[in-house]
Amino acid sequence: MKKLLVYLKDYKKETILGPLFKLLEASFELLVPLVVASIIDVGIAGQDRPYIIKMILLMVALGVIGLVCSLTAQYFAAKAAVGFTKKVKHALFAHIQGLSYSEMDTLGVSTMITRMTSDMNQVQNGVNLTLRLLLRSPFVVFGAMVMAFTIDVKAALVFVGAIPLLCIVVFGIMLICIPLYKKVQARLDKILGMTRENLTGVRVIRAFCKEEEEIRTFQKRNDELTSVQKFVGRISALMNPVTYVIINLAVVVLVWVGAIQVETGVITQGAVVALYNYMSQILVELIKMANLIINITKSVACGNRIGAVFDVKSSLTESQQELLPGSSSYRVEFREVTLRYQNAGDDSLTNLTFVVRPGETVGIIGGTGSGKTSLVNLIPRFYDVAKGGVYVDGLDVRSYELETLRQKIGIVPQRAVLFQGTIRENMQWGKKDASDTEIWKALEVAQAADVVEGKEGGLDFMLEPGGRNLSGGQRQRLTIARALVRQPEILILDDSASALDFATDAALRKALRELEHSPTVFIVSQRTSSIQFADQIIVLDDGEAVGIGTHEELLHSCEIYREIYESQFKKEGETK
Amino acid sequence: MKLKHSGAQMDALKKVLRYIQKYRFSLILSILFSAVTVALTLYVPILVGDAIDYIIGEGKVAFGSIKNLLIEISVIVVITALLQWIVNTINNKITYHVIRDVRNEAFQKIEVLPLKYIDSHSQGEIVSRVIADVDQFADGLLMGFTQLFTGVVTILGTLVFMLTVNVGITFVVVLLTPLSLVVANFIAKRTYKMFRLQSETRGEQTALIDEMISNQKVVQAFSHEDETLEQFDEINERLEKCSLKAIFFSSITNPSTRFINSVVYAAVGLTGALAAIGGSITVGGLSCFLSYANQYTKPFNEISGVVTELQNALACAARIFDLIEEEPQVPEAENAKELLNPQGNVELDHVAFSYTPYRKLIEDFNLSVKPGQRVAIVGPTGCGKTTVINLLMRFYDVDQGSIRVEGTDIRNMTRHSLRRNYGMVLQDTWLKEGTIRENIVMGKPDATEEEVIAAAKASHAHSFIKRLPQGYDTVIQEDGGSLSQGQKQLLCITRVMLCLPPMLILDEATSSIDTRTEIKIQEAFARLMKGRTSFIVAHRLSTIREADVILVMKDGNIIEQGNHKELLEKNGFYAKLYNSQFAK
Repeated sequence: MKKLLVYLKDYKKETILGPLFKLLEASFELLVPLVVASIIDVGIAGQDRPYIIKMILLMVALGVIGLVCSLTAQYFAAKAAVGFTKKVKHALFAHIQGLSYSEMDTLGVSTMITRMTSDMNQVQNGVNLTLRLLLRSPFVVFGAMVMAFTIDVKAALVFVGAIPLLCIVVFGIMLICIPLYKKVQARLDKILGMTRENLTGVRVIRAFCKEEEEIRTFQKRNDELTSVQKFVGRISALMNPVTYVIINLAVVVLVWVGAIQVETGVITQGAVVALYNYMSQILVELIKMANLIINITKSVACGNRIGAVFDVKSSLTESQQELLPGSSSYRVEFREVTLRYQNAGDDSLTNLTFVVRPGETVGIIGGTGSGKTSLVNLIPRFYDVAKGGVYVDGLDVRSYELETLRQKIGIVPQRAVLFQGTIRENMQWGKKDASDTEIWKALEVAQAADVVEGKEGGLDFMLEPGGRNLSGGQRQRLTIARALVRQPEILILDDSASALDFATDAALRKALRELEHSPTVFIVSQRTSSIQFADQIIVLDDGEAVGIGTHEELLHSCEIYREIYESQFKKEGETK
Repeated sequence: MKLKHSGAQMDALKKVLRYIQKYRFSLILSILFSAVTVALTLYVPILVGDAIDYIIGEGKVAFGSIKNLLIEISVIVVITALLQWIVNTINNKITYHVIRDVRNEAFQKIEVLPLKYIDSHSQGEIVSRVIADVDQFADGLLMGFTQLFTGVVTILGTLVFMLTVNVGITFVVVLLTPLSLVVANFIAKRTYKMFRLQSETRGEQTALIDEMISNQKVVQAFSHEDETLEQFDEINERLEKCSLKAIFFSSITNPSTRFINSVVYAAVGLTGALAAIGGSITVGGLSCFLSYANQYTKPFNEISGVVTELQNALACAARIFDLIEEEPQVPEAENAKELLNPQGNVELDHVAFSYTPYRKLIEDFNLSVKPGQRVAIVGPTGCGKTTVINLLMRFYDVDQGSIRVEGTDIRNMTRHSLRRNYGMVLQDTWLKEGTIRENIVMGKPDATEEEVIAAAKASHAHSFIKRLPQGYDTVIQEDGGSLSQGQKQLLCITRVMLCLPPMLILDEATSSIDTRTEIKIQEAFARLMKGRTSFIVAHRLSTIREADVILVMKDGNIIEQGNHKELLEKNGFYAKLYNSQFAK
């Protein structure tokens, strides 16, 4: 949380003036009981009408000044809070964008989103309330006590006794309740999880006739939630009655002490009324403060969660000075590459060495979890190697500026993702100033031209977030087109044809081979048919290259490759 | 429009009352006690005022009377506090029980909603109805009720007490206080628009964050960070402006009403002091009046807040009730039969089906499957292959014609008995939060350890399960979490392997398992399918070739039907599809 407060520094003026004006307002409020006391003691006792009117006008004047002060305070507080949040949001968004794949994997996307949104709102609310009220309430409480001392020391001692007692009760109840609220939240999360689970898994649950059982489990968890809610409810419900008792008993004592003091002539009747008023003010402020502190604890917790994200540093350090690409006859080269993911117990890729010449097509095949995606993710430096090095155009990827490196590469990820906006805008992700002609060319190669033609408005067709108004296959073809728009030197297709039927898949591969700028293509696939015509095929098994060569070579030399091929291809081919 | 709106609110209110009905004794008790509490709370200042009146001046203090009054105050205060606590506890109980009941009903409804509803509504939206809306409804409505009630009682009570003390000053208070209501209303109306703009802009920002952070890998791959940040900043900038307005203008309410209150306070002070000089009120009476002036205005301010809260709560409640009252799936037919030990005869007789009346899908579809036969469903992406599954499992009902199992229309048998006889592995593997074992035994809760392990071995899941930290007792998160896609699929297959129903539905089940494992799975499937009627949706032609019947689908229609050989000879769409695999 402390780290975040740095972002308040541009709002120094507001952060100081806000609370200050609030204190001014509170001071004027504290004067009111004194005015009332003098009305009673001087005005009423002396039958002095003009004096009373004068004092009343003074009260109204105090009210006006108070209003002006507090409006100023509210404005400054709102300005500081909103501006602060804007800065933190900007910084956090930029920071998250700078995190590498490794960090994103460990932190998880959904937490990031909650931190950017609801946590951020809580913090804004907290800053706003803090600036407005945090100083005010204690000030009024202690101010009232000080004022009591100016009236009568003996009577003021009642305040000295009551205030700590009130504090203990208010904060004690809060301290007990805060961890319990967390428990409530945890149980609510369970309920939420179950509801979501039952929606996503509706077919399986019904197929296995689990409806009744799910309902029973839900009711059980729901009861658990209710019981802890009721428990917290009973404790927090103590707050108001107990403070009410303390304050009123204090009033009783106060009146008694006041009576004694008046009897001996130390103070007047009006002074007793003033003391009584101060006591009432304290009660109001304490309740406000308790609510405030609950809010602030929440926002501090949220602030800490945001701070924790700032603490995560990207593990990829960008090269500061751009080196000139070395001359190399290889476009991509892996030299004894070993990759181990953060917190992973074992290597994901082990001692991988191969070279790829410009214009070559490389097929990568292997079982689930054999490291196919890991391998291609190293080329645009989404992860850093543990040992060895990955070279693009003769230069270690770690000595590139990330943007320069990634500019060379067009990648089509496994999960076909598009963004809200027109198809044209999505295509221009690949190349900012791509013309319609360039886009259509890429769409044709990606076998996506008919998809776009079939949409109202063509390139101007609006995609919904995630491109969810398209089918999986349509999305996949568009993502391929997006990667092609920039005419990359290296094109990576990470199992990108999985949602395509065989005909489209084949047509796509044919079109890729005929591309004019003849990129180096990496194709990750589980189907031998997709890669068998590649210039070289890398067969991965458990992170190791168990075979590198052409289709024909591997059929002879690599048992695993043969096994895969036969399972898919030979049996199907034999009827042909 | 407005009338219609409030009509819907009344409707929601009635339904809410129906839920509260169950707790009406608690509610009556709560109302009774809070009325007493309010009355006593109002009575205390009078007693204090009386006590102050006995403190006239030096040497003129009536200690005896004061002492009696103070004892009375103490007793009343303790009783009030006790009642207050009881009221709070009762209200809590009512609130939490009502939301528990509402949630239970909502969840029960989810379990019987037609798939059509679930497929066509966003999950997030349904979840937020069950969680967020219910919470908001509980907070607003029941707290609102009590505050509204105590507020009204306080106002009336104060009025009565003030009238007994002094009629003239009471009029001053009554005439002036509505001012603060007017001011609060005025501000609320002005800020409403600003808040709406703020929440719209905030929604826009959240959507961007959601989209960009979920797909950060793509953003980075295309070095699109700067553009994204720019886009973000533009919204952020707008949000700052409208948030500032919304927050500032809404925060004017408190100081303004407080100012009005202090004007009222001053007015009471003036008239009170003048009356005191005239002798129509005592000093104690004045001090009591001053504290009433405060108490009287406060509920007014609260009530205007509570009313908005209430409206908000009713809007939330209406959304939940929409869900709860949603039409459930067609109830089981009267004297629906139990499907017992079917052989696997499945007949589709002149079936017509479409998701929307505007777009026709399946028309006049006939198919007769004998026990043990294999039906493969093939076609290009998005051709509606899953529709057939939806119909067979009766997730959707046919529009025309009928589907019969063992000669009985599936609409005339219980859903449970129909579904129990199908083993289903879907394309979207789904696992529930719980242990691996719990997931496997879904179809056969009383399976022994040996049976579970045997099934896992048969589907080649045993070896990877064994390597998990706690083996079969490893808890997996919702939707599989740390398991790979292939492993999840293996578990789903194990689930079916364990209960071995007579009919199978396999939906592209093997598409994301690596080929080597797949070979083994196919062996297992072959074993599983032997003697069982099976429907397979698949991309792999090797599986399809061995099918007895192949259904070729395109754009939701079944366009060709026959076995591999027949279809190749026909040289139609299937032949084209089949040959394209080897196209260069």
